[in-house]
Amino acid sequence: MKIQIKNGRLIDPANNIDAKQDVFIAAGKIVGIGEAPDGFTANRVIDAVDKVVCPGFIDLAARLREPGLEYKATLESEMSAAVAGGVTGLCCMPDTDPTLDEPGLVEMLRYRAKRINKSHVYPIGALTVGLGGQKLTEMAELTDAGCIAFSHADYPLTDTQVLSRALAYASTFGFSVWLRPQDAFLSKGGVAHDGEVATRMGLPAIPTSAETIAIATILELVRANGARVHFCRVSSAAGVQMIRVAKKEGLPVTCDVAIHHLHLCDRDLGYFDSHCNLLPPLRGLRDRDALREGLKDGAIDVLCSDHTPVDDDAKQVPFGEAEPGATGLELLLPLTLKWAAEMKISLPDALATITSKPADVLRLPAGRLSVGSNADVVVFDLTHGWQVNREILRSQGKNTPFLGLEMEGRVTHTLVSGQVVYE
Amino acid sequence: MIHNPQLNKNGELTHLLTIEGLPAEIIRNVLDTAESFVSVAEREVKKVPLLRGKSVFNLFFEPSTRTRTTFEIAAKRLSADVLNLNIGASSTSKGETLLDTVDNLSAMHADMFVVRHSQSGAPFLIARHVKPGIHVVNAGDGRHAHPTQGLLDMYTIRHYKRDFSQLTVAIIGDVLHSRVARSQIHALTTLGVPEVRVVGPKTLLPTGVENMGVHVHHDMTQGLKGVDVVIMLRLQNERMNGALLPTAQEYFKCYGLTQEKLALAKPDAIVMHPGPMNRGVEIDSAVADGTQSVILPQVTFGIAVRMAVMSILAGN
Amino acid sequence: MNANTNLDAEALLAHLTDALYPAVSADTALVGIYTGGVWLAERLHAALSLTQPLGTLDVSFYRDDYDAIGLHAQPKPSDIPFDVEGRHIILVDDVLYTGRTIRAAMNELFDYGRPASIQLAALVDRGGRELPVYAQYVGTTLTLPPDQLLALEKDASGQLQLSVQPWQRRG
Repeated sequence: MKIQIKNGRLIDPANNIDAKQDVFIAAGKIVGIGEAPDGFTANRVIDAVDKVVCPGFIDLAARLREPGLEYKATLESEMSAAVAGGVTGLCCMPDTDPTLDEPGLVEMLRYRAKRINKSHVYPIGALTVGLGGQKLTEMAELTDAGCIAFSHADYPLTDTQVLSRALAYASTFGFSVWLRPQDAFLSKGGVAHDGEVATRMGLPAIPTSAETIAIATILELVRANGARVHFCRVSSAAGVQMIRVAKKEGLPVTCDVAIHHLHLCDRDLGYFDSHCNLLPPLRGLRDRDALREGLKDGAIDVLCSDHTPVDDDAKQVPFGEAEPGATGLELLLPLTLKWAAEMKISLPDALATITSKPADVLRLPAGRLSVGSNADVVVFDLTHGWQVNREILRSQGKNTPFLGLEMEGRVTHTLVSGQVVYE
Repeated sequence: MIHNPQLNKNGELTHLLTIEGLPAEIIRNVLDTAESFVSVAEREVKKVPLLRGKSVFNLFFEPSTRTRTTFEIAAKRLSADVLNLNIGASSTSKGETLLDTVDNLSAMHADMFVVRHSQSGAPFLIARHVKPGIHVVNAGDGRHAHPTQGLLDMYTIRHYKRDFSQLTVAIIGDVLHSRVARSQIHALTTLGVPEVRVVGPKTLLPTGVENMGVHVHHDMTQGLKGVDVVIMLRLQNERMNGALLPTAQEYFKCYGLTQEKLALAKPDAIVMHPGPMNRGVEIDSAVADGTQSVILPQVTFGIAVRMAVMSILAGN
Repeated sequence: MNANTNLDAEALLAHLTDALYPAVSADTALVGIYTGGVWLAERLHAALSLTQPLGTLDVSFYRDDYDAIGLHAQPKPSDIPFDVEGRHIILVDDVLYTGRTIRAAMNELFDYGRPASIQLAALVDRGGRELPVYAQYVGTTLTLPPDQLLALEKDASGQLQLSVQPWQRRG
């Protein structure tokens, strides 16, 4: 199918383009930018007047809940949510049931995703068997089956010897290890950030040191083993600073921040709103501000949705009993735009955090619209206002702190491999 | 949620969930109303007909005999019908959610829920969920709040000391885990007490507690100097297990209230304790039973204060 | 009738005192109903040289309009410092109107004990009874429309005055 996307404002951060240029697609690839290639006749023309055309978003963290947790969400519902949000490529966590620690499970997941034919799915494999923190998984086999990195999700990996060896082993093959820095002991029982707000609310708390101690430990092991590590969901000012310094030192580390932590802080818990029960917890105002700055100055590489659909029953309980997590795929774009507007960041720089930069972390030739690239494209309306409510969200997870709030920015068309998968 | 969930459209109290954010007038109104109920308790017929025909359901997800009993007495003295439900582990293990339990009981025409729960914030969830006209009283949620205890403690202080604006009050013990302490701090600061101190080891004082408007002391002898009101908090045995404290003996040595330490406070200082007391752990028997102790009157006042709370809520 | 009428509260009080004089004895207990009734009862208690201590009643907890209005502003503690059992009691109120306040006062008194008798002294009976209540001793009788409130006030020097104000009845 030959498609022309015309009259749009093309923003391709990787190629430094921000101009009114048409995009020409054929056989699932970009075949022309600005000028149609010779002999090109479009089967379909998408008029993107007054809209932005950019690479499809790449979300480094989206829980699809399959296999095993289908009562929370299914591949069908979550992939619909993804393309509605303009996400053409996403990484899913290994904390399913069973965990993604066997090549067969990974293959099945990729097969299912391919059949649904929406976003590309890049599975993250479990670092240890069953995420039990003891035995290494067959990382080479899992990579052959399609895993792009290995992670321990939110499960504790307290044995530093195991962690050290896992990093060393991954490093042997050049595999990336994605770790959410949280010391299991210091965060035991905690559900909120250890600060003035948790003190008033009487909530068991997770101190900042739970993150910084974990970051310090991992950085030391990176220095020793040379492993590539991606820090997932940085949440504190101190944490960002440590990673900023480590990067200056030249360590092979990257990190991301979730949309929620970019906009919210512990005060937003309000009167015990369990939609704000998140991991890592929403920290203080100064932490939030440091995260916003960090994403701006590049200390933080990538913005992700940390999409975690949770069923209503698991949220309509007292705060401390609620399951942590928020739905996010459909809010990735508007919240990126909101951050950019508030921080006075250019649109190309803002979009880079959800297109070219995540692609770079994945070391994939994605997130850009060069001639020859896969035609993963998003067309969106910058100023379209809409209200976040249960009906409009396609994800099965209706759990978001932004329920009832107005957003600006909505996807009008999503193309994956040259096919329109959402409009 | 932007508006204060405790107040209705007219700014009247419709639930009592926490003292935090309550205007001082509402607090004073409760104390004044409670005074009338104290005199009711002193006559032969200790009942008034205010809540006749109304049903008060005591929903205790966390076991408690003392608090539940005082709420029961208070409700009955208002001529209400009282139903006691000790939910505990058995019901949740049957899979019924908190909100399902509340819905089922609302269908049985409950007018008021008195709720105690081990999770901070549970009463807010319930208050958001019940139909208008049903009132929720927080009888203690996790570490967060115990507003009726805070109110009865203020009543007690007002009874003995009259003027809040001249007082120095010290709250001593495990503030970290104490919903009573948090409620007391909110009440004292709202009523204009100029100096509120918290005294305890670092492991038992929560992060940033000074932002609640208190002075932090780790040395009890400093913390007690010149104090008008000494409030001792209960120390639970579990604290010795979580590496927060070594032993009860060492705690008593450093933070227990003895006659000797009490002498550092003003000579007419009163000693309070929300109960139940651990004699020999946070407080010496001689002090607990001594002339400066007002621990027993606290209990009496507690019934009157709860009657005041329930009658104010039920009338709004 | 309009505001600040020619009703002289002090004169009516004198008239009421005279009416009560032959009716009281060493055992008679006077109970004033807050707030106007208490002012009157204090004056009567002194003028009649009564030996039983004065009782005061706040009927907030016995009113019949609680469901509609809730608790009225600031109930004051009732104080009955004598034994009600077998006692002859005279209730004192400023304005007798629907009779509901007196009904509440009697219910409350019975929660203290069983009196031998209860009589009522009112400064003004304005008619409009909604219950079968009757004042044995009255300063004066008059009629007022329901949109007017007759209220007793006390000035800084302790002098009592009656005034008529426009009124919207709640509940």
